Amino acid sequence: MSKLVVRNLYKVFGFNPKLGVRLIKEGKGKDEILKETGMTVGMSDVNFEVHEGETFVIMGLSGSGKSTVIRCLNRLIKPTAGQVILDGQELTSMKKRQLIGVRRTAMSMVFQNFALLPNRTVLANTEYGLEVQKISPAKRKAKALEALALVGLEGYEDSYPDQLSGGMKQRVGLARALANDPEVLLMDEAFSALDPLIRSDMQDELIDLQHKMKKTIIFITHDLDEAIKLGDRIMLMKDGKVIQIGKPEEILANPADEYVERFVQSVDRSGLLTAADIMSKPWTTANINKNPLVALSECKKYGLENILVTKEGRILCGAVSASALQQAVHEGKPTLHGITKEDEVERIAPDTNIKQIIESTLQSSVPVAVVDDTGKLMGVIIKSSILRTMIPGRGNGHDDT
Amino acid sequence: MTIPRLPVGDVFAEIVDYLRVTWNGLFAVIRNTIEFLVSWTERGISFMPFWVFAIIIALIAYKRSGKGLAIFSLLGILFIQTLDLWAATQSTLALIVTATAIALAFGVPLGILSAKIKPVNTVLRPILDLMQTMPAFVYLIPAVLFFRIGAVPAVISTIIFSMPPVIRLTDLGIRQVPAELIEAGEAFGSLWHQMLFKIQLPLAMPTIMAGINQCIMLSLSMVVIASMIGAGGLGSVVLTGVQGLRVGMAFEGGLAVVVIAIILDRLTQGKTSKNASKI
Ligand SMILES: Nc1ncnc2c1ncn2[C@@H]1O[C@H](COP(=O)(O)OP(=O)(O)O)[C@@H](O)[C@H]1O
Ligand SMILES: [Mg+2]
Repeated sequence: MSKLVVRNLYKVFGFNPKLGVRLIKEGKGKDEILKETGMTVGMSDVNFEVHEGETFVIMGLSGSGKSTVIRCLNRLIKPTAGQVILDGQELTSMKKRQLIGVRRTAMSMVFQNFALLPNRTVLANTEYGLEVQKISPAKRKAKALEALALVGLEGYEDSYPDQLSGGMKQRVGLARALANDPEVLLMDEAFSALDPLIRSDMQDELIDLQHKMKKTIIFITHDLDEAIKLGDRIMLMKDGKVIQIGKPEEILANPADEYVERFVQSVDRSGLLTAADIMSKPWTTANINKNPLVALSECKKYGLENILVTKEGRILCGAVSASALQQAVHEGKPTLHGITKEDEVERIAPDTNIKQIIESTLQSSVPVAVVDDTGKLMGVIIKSSILRTMIPGRGNGHDDT
Repeated sequence: MTIPRLPVGDVFAEIVDYLRVTWNGLFAVIRNTIEFLVSWTERGISFMPFWVFAIIIALIAYKRSGKGLAIFSLLGILFIQTLDLWAATQSTLALIVTATAIALAFGVPLGILSAKIKPVNTVLRPILDLMQTMPAFVYLIPAVLFFRIGAVPAVISTIIFSMPPVIRLTDLGIRQVPAELIEAGEAFGSLWHQMLFKIQLPLAMPTIMAGINQCIMLSLSMVVIASMIGAGGLGSVVLTGVQGLRVGMAFEGGLAVVVIAIILDRLTQGKTSKNASKI
């Protein structure tokens, strides 16, 4: 079931928004309406669905209506027409009280410029969403500390926002949003104000967190690189309209029109790169001498279908699937010997040209392993590492500038 | 041909008379309340010997600003005592405290309303402009008309004179809260009063404090002027000195006013500058 459904959503800013919507329906464009009436079309006829646990990225140039869309989801902006439906409940017709309830428990927002209260400590900022719900001080402190630990900010509880770097401020912003334990996270250009390196770290961490938490995330960016790295699906917007919705690889492979194409314009740079350039650290691996139960819980934690198995010295043994682990636990096997499939994993040397592995990476659910000549696991190559190399003007996995 | 003279003055006098009669009860209540507040504030101050008062002020000064102001306050109050002006200073302080407290009690809420409700702002703005451009002693006239002479009309005219900056700066401080913080407040489901007390007022506080500081300074200047309508205190020391051509007496009274002004000013702006230097 879809977590969030948006149907025929319109927003016109100006003296007579309804008239604006009528003009749009008559076929008038954003520029025409602005010239004739002075009203600005924020978005027109936006339709999309977001699945439970999905990271849905909205992408477009500045002014394309991304912020307007996301603010209609928690109704910081009231749409002129259309519906927003969360878990079958229509938000657009909700009463104020009910809406406040949704904002408190179901949806949290992370802001581009952090929006932290400068007069509150990190802890007090993180507690804000719980405080307005009148949760007891002890309980909200516990929850806030938990959220701060999740984003790696232990020990900074008593600092003030202006004592922190940009990346740390946004961690507080993220912790504040997570403390409420919302089902949906709304992130409006949450990483756009950060330095490229910090930004890349934050993206990795969000991916990590998402593997553990399985929230439904709506993430806004104007950066295709970020969209592809984070998005399960991407929605492209231009002049308030939706241009294309699809998986990253679909959008890269079949740009809907020249606007998308310009975004994507694949100069094929993949010919120049080697596996070492684009590999990333595996989220987790299993030790072959450990109990299958351990490996299974790691699989569950990160939502993996397969897990790489290593022995002492990080020498790669193979991979084992979650279902095989389940079986082994059932049968009471003490270790992973015997169930580890050695040939399930494709192994490549660090200097392999990535052109040779694009096909197999995009098709397989087991990551391609990068091993050195002693058989030691150096890193893995997953779908998103490949996809990112197809973006023009972008380097490899390590160089994010 | 002569243009007939418009009876502006007569009409005004009529209106004042009319109001005084019909609103008699209201004026009595206001009068009694203010008289009560002033006399109890003065009693509160004169209850302690001057040196206890001086030490308390010095401690507050130390806390809010630092050693310098603490020593200045101590010496300043001692200086006033040696001039034999402590009693007059007490009356002046009582008037200032009462007037400021009332000005804040009305000014801060009005400022909040003005920031949150546009029509309130539209109505208030020309009134505030008028209040601030009017020469100070103009307020003495209606105050005397409705409340005769003494401490009560002095406090009333002081309130009117010193309230505009409180309203203006409260309004400004609340408007200056960044839009993104308001959005954050809303996105986390704040009710209107949570927004006000947890986000808008705390963030507007430095600006509101500047308004309070201005309010106190204006109160002090007005209270001195109000000696013309029998307010008593340091103002009447100066006034008596000037009228009797006793230059020394007027000068001493003036010095005491300056000392009080410096202490009050530094006390009410101490916090902000201290915070600013910490960052
Ligand atoms: N409060 C507003 N009043 C008038 N026009 C607005 C307002 N907010 C946004 N807009 C206009 O709506 C369009 C979409 O803006 P926005 O959603 O902020 O774009 P994005 O987030 O993609 O940069 C822009 O043309 C912008 O100028
Ligand atoms: Mg935006």
